[in-house]
Amino acid sequence: MTVTEDAATLAPAKEVGQPRRRKEDARLITGRTTWTDNMVLNGMLHLAVVRSPVAHARITGVDVSAAQQAPNVVAVLTGRDLAAEQGSIPCAWPVTADMVNPGHPSIAVDQVNHVGEAVAIVVGRTKAAATDAVELVDIDYELLPPVLDMETAVQDGADLVHDELESNTSYHFVFDAGEAGTGVDTEQAFADAEVVVSRRLVQQRLIPAFMEPRSVVVQPQGDNFTMWSATQIPHVLRVMLAMVTGVPEHKLRIIAPDVGGGFGGKLQVNPEEVLALLVARRLGKPVKWTETRSESLMAAHHGRGQVQFIDIASDRQGNVKGLRVRLLADMGAYLRLITPGVPALGAFMFPGIYKFPAYRFECDGVFTNKVPTDAYRGAGRPEATFAIERIMDELAVELDMDPLELRRKNWIGAEEFPFTTVAGLEYDSGDYEQATQKALDLLGYDELRAEQKRRRESNDPVQLGIGFSTFTEMCGLAPSRVLGSLSYGAGGWESASIRMLPTGKVEVVTGSTPHGQGHETAWSQLVADQLGVPFEDVEVLHGDTAVSPRGMDTYGSRSLVVGGTAVVKAAEKVVAKARKVAAHLLEASEDDLEFADGKFSVRGTPGAAVGIQEIALAVFAAHNYPEDVEPSIDAEATFDPVNFSFPHGTHLCAMEVDTDTGMVKIRKYACVDDVGTVVNPLIVEGQIHGGLAQGIAQALYEEAVYDADGNLTTGSFVDYLVPSAADLPHFDTANTVHVAPGNPIGAKGVGEAGCIASTPAVVNAALDAVRHLGVSDILMPLTPERVWRAIHEGGDGGARAAAGTNAYGGAQTESTAGVSTPQSSLGGDR
Amino acid sequence: MTSINVRVDGASYSDDVEPRTLLVHYLREQLGKVGTVVGCDTSNCGACTVHLDGNAVKSCTVFAVQADGSEVTTIEGVGSADALHPVQKAFHEMHGLQCGFCTPGMIMASIDLLQENPSPSETEIREGIEGNLCRCTGYQNIVRAVQQAAGELSGSAGQA
Repeated sequence: MTVTEDAATLAPAKEVGQPRRRKEDARLITGRTTWTDNMVLNGMLHLAVVRSPVAHARITGVDVSAAQQAPNVVAVLTGRDLAAEQGSIPCAWPVTADMVNPGHPSIAVDQVNHVGEAVAIVVGRTKAAATDAVELVDIDYELLPPVLDMETAVQDGADLVHDELESNTSYHFVFDAGEAGTGVDTEQAFADAEVVVSRRLVQQRLIPAFMEPRSVVVQPQGDNFTMWSATQIPHVLRVMLAMVTGVPEHKLRIIAPDVGGGFGGKLQVNPEEVLALLVARRLGKPVKWTETRSESLMAAHHGRGQVQFIDIASDRQGNVKGLRVRLLADMGAYLRLITPGVPALGAFMFPGIYKFPAYRFECDGVFTNKVPTDAYRGAGRPEATFAIERIMDELAVELDMDPLELRRKNWIGAEEFPFTTVAGLEYDSGDYEQATQKALDLLGYDELRAEQKRRRESNDPVQLGIGFSTFTEMCGLAPSRVLGSLSYGAGGWESASIRMLPTGKVEVVTGSTPHGQGHETAWSQLVADQLGVPFEDVEVLHGDTAVSPRGMDTYGSRSLVVGGTAVVKAAEKVVAKARKVAAHLLEASEDDLEFADGKFSVRGTPGAAVGIQEIALAVFAAHNYPEDVEPSIDAEATFDPVNFSFPHGTHLCAMEVDTDTGMVKIRKYACVDDVGTVVNPLIVEGQIHGGLAQGIAQALYEEAVYDADGNLTTGSFVDYLVPSAADLPHFDTANTVHVAPGNPIGAKGVGEAGCIASTPAVVNAALDAVRHLGVSDILMPLTPERVWRAIHEGGDGGARAAAGTNAYGGAQTESTAGVSTPQSSLGGDR
Repeated sequence: MTSINVRVDGASYSDDVEPRTLLVHYLREQLGKVGTVVGCDTSNCGACTVHLDGNAVKSCTVFAVQADGSEVTTIEGVGSADALHPVQKAFHEMHGLQCGFCTPGMIMASIDLLQENPSPSETEIREGIEGNLCRCTGYQNIVRAVQQAAGELSGSAGQA
């Protein structure tokens, strides 16, 4: 990609499509920005949270006297102190009518249900004073058996996370295509099938690991409260905090200043946000809480966490006949904002790009004594994509068929769009063959296949494999009526307004709150084209409920598709309002006006023209404007999409596996994504890169591991392996463009694509390298130990990896379920 | 409390600090140098990287008292919006940042890398900045930025 200097004389006719460098960068590269933790207010107090060191216990005694007497400690508050006012962390997505939600206290009162749960708050004059006194809070715990493994937790007679409930199952969600009328009977399809392949796959728990730790500052002013928070969702947070705490919504202002990444991890109503508000209200003083990284890994929500039982049916020629999915989805100890909805959202994506005649999905949401799960980049769709792309490879092996040929045989043809899938979704546009062909060329597929053959024949200790992922995803969350039909608690629209200032400058207010995506740049490009004003004349405002009063914020690859469209719709209204004023000023009929390049001109009357920026001044002065209109050309718009958008692409990974050491190395990674119209290719490529890094990290590096007592053993960046530059390869990326028909921009969404698509490509590649050695699965992450054991000892590499190491010793988690031994649960066989 | 004298971004400071105070906390909380940020508590992420007497250090791994008598340069001291350091400029031009939280540390580490190795290969860049974590970019554009800055710095050195 080349970056061009944008001198005014070279200014492109159209901004959309240009690799504009970002407006956001200036403050970020010079260290002059406004992270929440930078905020200092007079008299500000600091919060430190006392957290449970045990996974499951009754609280039998709390002694805060020593902490209260510590120097510079202002107050110590426990769950009992706040029980009457803390309410419950809201769950906005009751996926079934009978879903069981035990409630989620922000601070534990009688019982703790995961390590890291808040049990007391120390308020100090300095952060150090508060943190020092944490050690002085004395809490007695009566231990209860920890419930950690989902497959055990759903058995009859299992220990219960919440003993007031009948079981550890929160809900049983079913989508059956036969019953929905979108497919044939699934059981019959399997009964009639010539080939059935079944696998148990594991989606390990991951941690979003945004770089900026969570931080919140609350300032009380009379009966008003202003909260600064490192959040993705200031608007949602405001509504929810009002409902939870009883602070009236109009007395609450939320500001998300620059936010250092989110990836779904800051799509939450955090217990600490509730607690900071309650403490500020009680003490009448400004307060700040900023977490440590260890707290973040332990107490901020995790993602993924599924055991997947996948059955695929086909005939001997490889025509797929049915897909059956049964999930155990780890909720953790409580239901947070959309905890139960994440796997349910994925329900519709398991069929992928393939034409299944039959499909049945069942999911149990299971409580465990771990921190709750919730959204993490892709949220339900990476899990689904992993399952379908892995099982397609397994079916290809069973049929002794080329995995690409099997995919081709079953995917939706370019001429078949729009296509209604067996899950009932209407895929909008695309061409899977075109993207695949381009990706094969980019990878140098034929040469690598030839090298793979040579290495195999020579029995090279380093084997080569190639993995496919031909994926699609549902983006642009979301049509509000569809969300309603899925029992989600809110809509999926987005809001924007445009203010035309007297000097002709333009303020764009968006309800979609960015945290690194580059909204300020991309929205400026959209508005520059719509209004014909210079890119530099546009300022984008966001992230403050007093400035941007309506919004649904940023997640689900929705910002450009939904929020950008709202901006375009608002700009159209500005032009429509300006047209009336222009007609008046030019003494012409509206019908005779043309609007181009920011100017209204009269058709057939050269020289008769007025610019939209001049009109902004004219209505500010308001000396001369039409009788029947208001003296303003400002406008706002709310856009509610009719359908999701469906980006797709083909991701190819070539992987070297050292069979002597188990070390894997990505030799080459090539992907071609179709995200519809590209507004800014620089930003789109960056989003793909970042998504790839996270998807590859799931395959190779990351897992939230709990030991047999429910302690998070990957509780710092020493053990939770966020990859560095040296751990990741160069990516070869490209695009095809099939315009999204559902919005005027034609964009489909790009934020999650790389993360959704890449994981199965990487795992399929590793398996392709060693399948001839008898390996048919390796648990993620593909650590050298797991890969080596899978090659040399059989199985999926998890069995012995569970024993004898600190990280996996006795861990009764999904990735070791059924393989942990009594010895390993006692700490391994060291 | 211990007295220290430090020069930070060209200005002199005399302060009393607790011996346990980390340099990053001194910079942020006592000097208001909030351009340098804290991303972890185990010296893994590198977000707090500054230069201590010209060499990159993770300022969460250095006590403020260890900086006594030293010269500290933070992201706020390497360039300004009007006169960007070539590495800052390159991060902007090559889209080497998204959320920008790791960026100050990443830029400081990259400047240090280029001081030691003015024309690093891609592998040398990746290994040279592996002490700094970025969750947004997948690093590819950071590598490109360092490559561009290397070219610009060696070019300007040649002219000087």
